[in-house]
Amino acid sequence: MTARPLSAAAIALNRFGLGACPGDDQPMEARRWLLEQFRDFEIRPAGMATLADAGIVVQRYRAQQRALKQAAGAAPGTLEASLKPIREAYMQTTRALYRDAVQARAQSALTTAAPFVERMVHFWSNHFCISTDNPELAAYAGSFERDAIRPHVLGRFSDMLLAVEQHPAMLIYLNQIASIGPDSPAALKAEQREPGRRLGLNENLGREIMELHTLGVRSGYSQADVTEFARALTGWTIDGLGRGHDREGDPDAFAFRPMQHEPGPRRVMGHTYDQAGEDQATAVLLDLARSPATASHVATKLGRHFAGDTPPPRLVARLAQEFERSGGDLPSLYRVLILSPEPWAATPLKFKTPWEWTISALRGMDQTGPGQLQLAGVQSALGQPVWKPGSPAGWDDTAASWAAPDALLRRVEFASRLAAPFGDRIDARVIGARVMPASLSEATAEQVRRSESPASALALLLVSPDFLRR
Amino acid sequence: MLVRRNFLSCAALGAGALWVNPQMALASVGTDRRFVFIIQRGAADGLDIVRPCGDPAYSALRGSLADGASKPIRLDGLFALHPAMVELGRMYAQRQALFVHAVASPYRDRSHFDGQNVLETGGSRPYQLKDGWLNRLASLLPRIRDEAIAVADTVPMALRGKTPVSSYAPSSLPQPSDDLMTRVATLYDADPQLHPLWDAALNASSLAGHVSAKQDPASLGRLSASFLVQENGPRIAMIETGGWDTHNAQAPRLAAQLKALDTMLAALQDGLGAVWSRTTVLIATEFGRTAAINGTGGTDHGTGAVAILAGGAVRGGRVIADWPGLAAGQLYEQRDLRPTTGLDALIAGVAGESLGIDPGKVARALFAAAPPGRPMTGLIVA
Repeated sequence: MTARPLSAAAIALNRFGLGACPGDDQPMEARRWLLEQFRDFEIRPAGMATLADAGIVVQRYRAQQRALKQAAGAAPGTLEASLKPIREAYMQTTRALYRDAVQARAQSALTTAAPFVERMVHFWSNHFCISTDNPELAAYAGSFERDAIRPHVLGRFSDMLLAVEQHPAMLIYLNQIASIGPDSPAALKAEQREPGRRLGLNENLGREIMELHTLGVRSGYSQADVTEFARALTGWTIDGLGRGHDREGDPDAFAFRPMQHEPGPRRVMGHTYDQAGEDQATAVLLDLARSPATASHVATKLGRHFAGDTPPPRLVARLAQEFERSGGDLPSLYRVLILSPEPWAATPLKFKTPWEWTISALRGMDQTGPGQLQLAGVQSALGQPVWKPGSPAGWDDTAASWAAPDALLRRVEFASRLAAPFGDRIDARVIGARVMPASLSEATAEQVRRSESPASALALLLVSPDFLRR
Repeated sequence: MLVRRNFLSCAALGAGALWVNPQMALASVGTDRRFVFIIQRGAADGLDIVRPCGDPAYSALRGSLADGASKPIRLDGLFALHPAMVELGRMYAQRQALFVHAVASPYRDRSHFDGQNVLETGGSRPYQLKDGWLNRLASLLPRIRDEAIAVADTVPMALRGKTPVSSYAPSSLPQPSDDLMTRVATLYDADPQLHPLWDAALNASSLAGHVSAKQDPASLGRLSASFLVQENGPRIAMIETGGWDTHNAQAPRLAAQLKALDTMLAALQDGLGAVWSRTTVLIATEFGRTAAINGTGGTDHGTGAVAILAGGAVRGGRVIADWPGLAAGQLYEQRDLRPTTGLDALIAGVAGESLGIDPGKVARALFAAAPPGRPMTGLIVA
């Protein structure tokens, strides 16, 4: 194949951005075009601001469940039958919330004036991921990205970290709302009422914060550190949900319940934390956010996202240094990325994930919204259901996870379906040169020219080796 | 959902999602024996699956997990099987299933992702090796076909490596036009990364033909079987299951998980027919869970776990365990089941015996990074 070096404009649009829209002006100065996007990012686009709140739906369902269970106390046989319609309605509502949020996410990705910053939203949302493995999480997923990630994508890492760990979605996903200090007043009271009943710790959130959100695995923390951190986190919960919540409480808001907090100072990674109450875990989090291990963990993931599956060590070192120097100021990190040479290598460095590929395909067709296309279903079909990586580690960011036989066939099938209605409107020969400015390979251009129909040509462009990578 | 795609509809949520993304991948190699590896991602609780009811410390540690409504299935004087695994219990009674308890890979920390990497690569530490032990196992057999096939849309780590392995998942999307397929092939032919993937995808879809396209456990079992029974089909298969990370509400969640696994095993046996007698299924997880129940009716990440062998080729009807005990002083780091058997020694032994290769040779090829000592033997009916 006649490989052609990628132009700076093609790299800015496709590797840093979310894919070129042929109708937009081509960036003349690629680096400046990226840096100026910091101004243009919209934290709460209209489509997201109007999404329905998740908490009330979850809270209402749980209250109905409780009421029915109490009512059925005398006749337990009838419980299942009365719960079923309520559960079905609940599943339907949460699915709708999820689908609407996915559509809003796609809408924003297709129309944003700041595609690079929007890409960073997707990056951080995956770094701090939840997984919509149950209806609660499906309901909260959109709010998680909108309220915990987007406001901080141009802010500080530590602020995003705090917002994420206090968001109801994360508190539910990693079982924090069920974790009670074993010697807390709430636990002692429960045992008095019901001798032998033990309420206690759930260390899931504490462990994943250290392993995945901040320090990174094998960075020197021990099981004892995880357990101590989990003790410090007890009491962190949701205002209107979970054990001991106020019936009037807000199910979309964080709360600290002192009665559930494990009393006493904690020792995590050699530091003693003798703060009282909520501040104890906050202090640990802020120290974790400042750790050189966190700087290097985040730098490696950023480097991998822009400069290749095996990120160049020099770039990673530069990013880690900037993370420490700037106190985790994210725009400073982005600036280092944009001004470093490594992410500008003129050959494709990344195989697009299904999300990246779908969004870039729609942008390449100048679509200003998902229209009738249900992105939630499309992404499931392509193997990357939105906000559902199935594990707190998030989706993997290497080609080995996405470039696979069946996945490739699926993209060809989907491209064919996507392109079919646009044969009379979109000329692949024209847009090919617009989405890959001065960079489209001659082989692809030739096969596109020779295709039997305009729709077939468009589908071929979307699955060409040039377009599958960035 | 990697086996059945519901195009343009929301992925399953709710109860069914406990059984997260079962995936399957297969490799074709020259033998008439079949070897299936089922990975349980998320650290399945061995102490709840094969319960050491006869251990004096058991009931106090396990609390409500030890006294569920249904009675576990008695295996021997010490152990009983989780009551959800009725079919596996039947296989055990027919001497076609066995359990290896207090087993662990060389990995001793408690990260799922590192633990799975060690389990799948066969390294002694995470990310030490770039290919999987199942792929290296396939390389030990004479290849009689040009390409391997697969049933999943990506290839799991254990099967990644030099030996060609593909992946397949039925699709409800319409078939693209011949013109598009031909031009795609022309472009991909010149691309060193895409060329082998595309060839493998086309081979797999031509072999798949009529198979069932549903993603429930029974369909997945039958789908796996339908590949394994074909004359020119694969001999090695891998199925991925998720949803085993039961930090809370373990009693109902694990029961649902195990019922799904049990159903899949039964469907696999059913679909394999006469081939079942030449089949070994190995089920393993990255590590076990804490010996004690936690504050939320679940268990946290632990160490020693249980591995399961099932199949007509298995010398079953027994629990193999150098039982370390659950008393306070006997636990690993005062919290987990102490591992006394190396999972790698089990894998080397069972893979070698199942496929008729010297287990010592298998051990050297699969686990060169951390030789597991003597492979376990006597696991398979000669």
